[in-house]
Amino acid sequence: MTGSMRLPMPPEPPPLLALREVSRHFRLPREDWAAAPVLRALESVSLTIAPGEVLGLVGESGSGKSTLGRVALRLIEPTSGTIEFEGADITARTGRGLRELRARMQMVFQDPYASLNPKRRVGDAIDEVLKLHGVSAPTERTERVAKLLEQVGLSADDRSRWPREFSGGQRQRIAIARALAVRPRLLVADEPVSALDVSVQAGILALLRSLQRELNLAMLFISHDLSVVEVMADRVMVLYLGRVMEVAPTRALYTAPRHPYTAGLLAAAPRAQRGGRPAVVLRDEIPSPADPPSGCVFRTRCPFVQERCAVETPRLEDLGGGHLRACLRNDLDLGRPLS
Amino acid sequence: MIAGAQDKDGSPVIAGTPYTVSPGQAGEPTGSPASTRSLLEIEALRTEFLTARGRLPAVDGVSLTLSPGETLAVVGESGSGKSVTALSILRLFNRGDRAHVHGAIRWRLADGSTLDLAQLAEPALRSIRGREIAVIFQDPGASLDPVFTVGSQIREALRKHRPGENAERTAVELLRDVGIADPERRVAAYPHQLSGGMRQRVMIAIALACRPRLLIADEPTTALDVTIQAQIMRLLADLKNQYGMALLFITHDLGLVAEIADRVAVMYAGQVVESGPVDQLLNHPLHPYTRALLECRPKRHYRDSGEDERVLLPIPGAPPRPGSIERGCRFAARCAHREARCMLDTVDLELARAPDAHVRCLRWRALA
Repeated sequence: MTGSMRLPMPPEPPPLLALREVSRHFRLPREDWAAAPVLRALESVSLTIAPGEVLGLVGESGSGKSTLGRVALRLIEPTSGTIEFEGADITARTGRGLRELRARMQMVFQDPYASLNPKRRVGDAIDEVLKLHGVSAPTERTERVAKLLEQVGLSADDRSRWPREFSGGQRQRIAIARALAVRPRLLVADEPVSALDVSVQAGILALLRSLQRELNLAMLFISHDLSVVEVMADRVMVLYLGRVMEVAPTRALYTAPRHPYTAGLLAAAPRAQRGGRPAVVLRDEIPSPADPPSGCVFRTRCPFVQERCAVETPRLEDLGGGHLRACLRNDLDLGRPLS
Repeated sequence: MIAGAQDKDGSPVIAGTPYTVSPGQAGEPTGSPASTRSLLEIEALRTEFLTARGRLPAVDGVSLTLSPGETLAVVGESGSGKSVTALSILRLFNRGDRAHVHGAIRWRLADGSTLDLAQLAEPALRSIRGREIAVIFQDPGASLDPVFTVGSQIREALRKHRPGENAERTAVELLRDVGIADPERRVAAYPHQLSGGMRQRVMIAIALACRPRLLIADEPTTALDVTIQAQIMRLLADLKNQYGMALLFITHDLGLVAEIADRVAVMYAGQVVESGPVDQLLNHPLHPYTRALLECRPKRHYRDSGEDERVLLPIPGAPPRPGSIERGCRFAARCAHREARCMLDTVDLELARAPDAHVRCLRWRALA
């Protein structure tokens, strides 16, 4: 399965990050006499991110997308599989080696109110990161803090202010400045605008996009919001119950989805126009990751389910053009016309 | 008048809190000319919260009307006052909030007479809550009691509002109405055994138990995944017709409005800045804020050349704090079209397109 993940997209630079058949299982507390159930948060997921590339990750709650982001940064250990960064296997790296690695891979979280220490001035919060990663000269650090604040659209004078003096959008800018302080090559952004008002979201997304291009930053961009991922990502991966359903360049995924789940997600997304009813409506809800359906895990909600879907497990199949999908049915027409 | 009473009868709504009521002030035009037939008329609503930092006017001069069977969507960002407007109708504030409700909230009873809910004392208001007007909230987990089965919570609402019926059977029917599969079994489930989407369905069932004439839905799908949101939106639209209810739908998402609303009111900083029929408002918005809100949704256009155009049009700045703007248009500081007078002059909600499209902007004609 890993082999099919190699992307036929020219030119093909060696990946910055590669996950190879990564699984993560959580053992749940035992209930009464039953055996302890195992929650399969990720099941044999493979992906690559090229330097400077933005991979979008979409899926509903319980899809495993946040777990995947944390496994990629080694914040959560994989149960099996390997993680490669800059060509080296980092799955087992510990101690100083891991800390050095962390300077090159950073994360931005959803809640800008929870991710900043309220008792630390904004400048000190950024300075702390620089110190930790070995920028020792105080004058150099002061300059870097000022430049970082300006880079994210704040002013150098903001360094002496407290987090509570900033709005949610401004706090997310500070969190971004903090993540970029150590000049990472990979940024994992986990729902970075979900807690913000829509009028503020676009500003943060525009900032992330311009920084990403300016710094040639690779990004794993995680969101439940399909339109946010559409505007940010070069390629998009769709997860369901910890399995990859579809991966494709953004245009292909949004204009010609090849998996019924992707089509259902796109059809369910609200649009600010009067239109016909969605073509594909997904029934029921995502089953428990502790008790996934046999065969294709999506089959219990799939409008196109057949008997064999309960028996056979679809493999991630390469459709060409960087488009991969895991579905037994190849007779479906799910394409949406170009808008 | 102060009434510290809490809802002792255990209704599924948030308990009432200390509040005061003052007579309505002469206000702005009401949203609709059909006032003789309207179900609900809110006029010059002003809701203030007493805080350590002084009086915060969360809602400041809002007038809205709702006809029987109609769906009105109130759209706004956080701090716009959209939820406080809805909660002011039944005075459903959090315990401990010190809220003052001014203005008139005229409710038409089934016999045709009207009642000003803003003038109603707590015990009388309690007979409106749940029976005439029901509410569902964003977080269904917080609204359900974890120690009782969903069936017993539905039956409780039934016994209170529809005594004499076979509560057991009606509870199962209600669960079936809200699209819960296998309702005979699920009626015995506890809230924690249900998913978020399922719990919201149960909340809707409880709200429907008393056959309300108005359902207030305050961000009912915000906590749900997008596929479940689509299911709940469709369910609300179907139930509204099946039960013949009016719907007051509160949301931050203009995208949801298209699917469900007849009319829309857009709120900003405690005021309605634009209102009108949904198609007009979405396709030909008049207020710069409504336009900016529609445009700031991220978009990507795919060109035939293979190049993509990514569109990100943020609204600069952030919404003002309640009460912080004393004169002029409250959106002016963030508006791309402002003139000097926008910061100074009083801006009223005016009729823009008959019969009921209103806008609060000095420049709407020039910008149209």
